[in-house]
Amino acid sequence: MSEQRVSYTLDSTLETVNSAEETASRLAAEAGFADEEVMKISMAVREAAVNAVLHGNAYDPGKKVTLNFERTPSDLVITIRDQGKGLDPKNIPDPLAPENLLKTSGRGIFIIRSFMDEVEINPTQSGTEIKLVKHVHG
Amino acid sequence: MTMKTSTRQVDGVTIVDLSGRITLGEGSVVLRDQVRELLSKGNKKILLNLGDVNYIDSSGIGELVSAFTTVRNQGGELKLLNLTKKVHDLLQITKLYTVFDVKEDEATAIKSFN
Repeated sequence: MSEQRVSYTLDSTLETVNSAEETASRLAAEAGFADEEVMKISMAVREAAVNAVLHGNAYDPGKKVTLNFERTPSDLVITIRDQGKGLDPKNIPDPLAPENLLKTSGRGIFIIRSFMDEVEINPTQSGTEIKLVKHVHG
Repeated sequence: MTMKTSTRQVDGVTIVDLSGRITLGEGSVVLRDQVRELLSKGNKKILLNLGDVNYIDSSGIGELVSAFTTVRNQGGELKLLNLTKKVHDLLQITKLYTVFDVKEDEATAIKSFN
C-alpha cells in the first residue's frame, strides 16, 4: 500500500468544483474504495469545494482554492483551503431542525459530515481549511 | 452531463421528466426555470420524475425544496416520482423524504393529485 500526495491550486470557479469532484472520485477509486464510498467521498469534496468557491472566495478571481489529497496506509485525507472571510463551525445552523428543513441552503457541511469519517474545519491566516478523512477499511 | 427536461400532460398533471445532474450551476437553474414557466402558464400540479437523475448535490436539494415551496405557496402541488437510490438516500439523511410527497408509480402518483 503506497503513500501518495497530490496538490492542486485552482481558480474560484464552478469548473474547480467539478474538477475537485472528478479528482476525488478518481483518487478514491484508485485507493480501492467501493463505488458507494467513492460517491460519498467525491460528493463531500464537491460540497467542500462549493463552500470554498462560493461562500469562501465568492468567485473572486484573485483568490485561489487549494486542494490536497493524501493517501496513507490507513486513510484518504483531503484538505481544501480557501482565502475567504472565514467560517465559524459553531455558527452553522442544524439543517435537520424543524425550522430549517425547508431552507434552500445550509446542507453542505451536514452532507460532508455524514459522508466522511472525520471532518475538521479550521480557520487559517488567510481563510478556512476543511480536512476530510475517510478510513481505509479491510 | 448537464440536466435535460421534457414535459408531458397526463390527466391534468404536468410530468417533468428530468435526466442528468441537479447541481450548482447546472441542473439547478434549469429546474428553477422549468417550474417557474409551468406556474406562469397555470400548471400547478407538477410531478417531477427523477428516475434518470443520477446525481444531486446540496444545491440541487435546495432547488427541489425551493420548487416545492414555490408551487405550494401558489396553491399547487409538487410531488416526486421514481427516486434513484442516491437521491432517495440523500433525502433520507436530510430528513426531506417525509417533507416531499414521494411516489414510486406514475399512475398512482397521477391519481394522488386532487
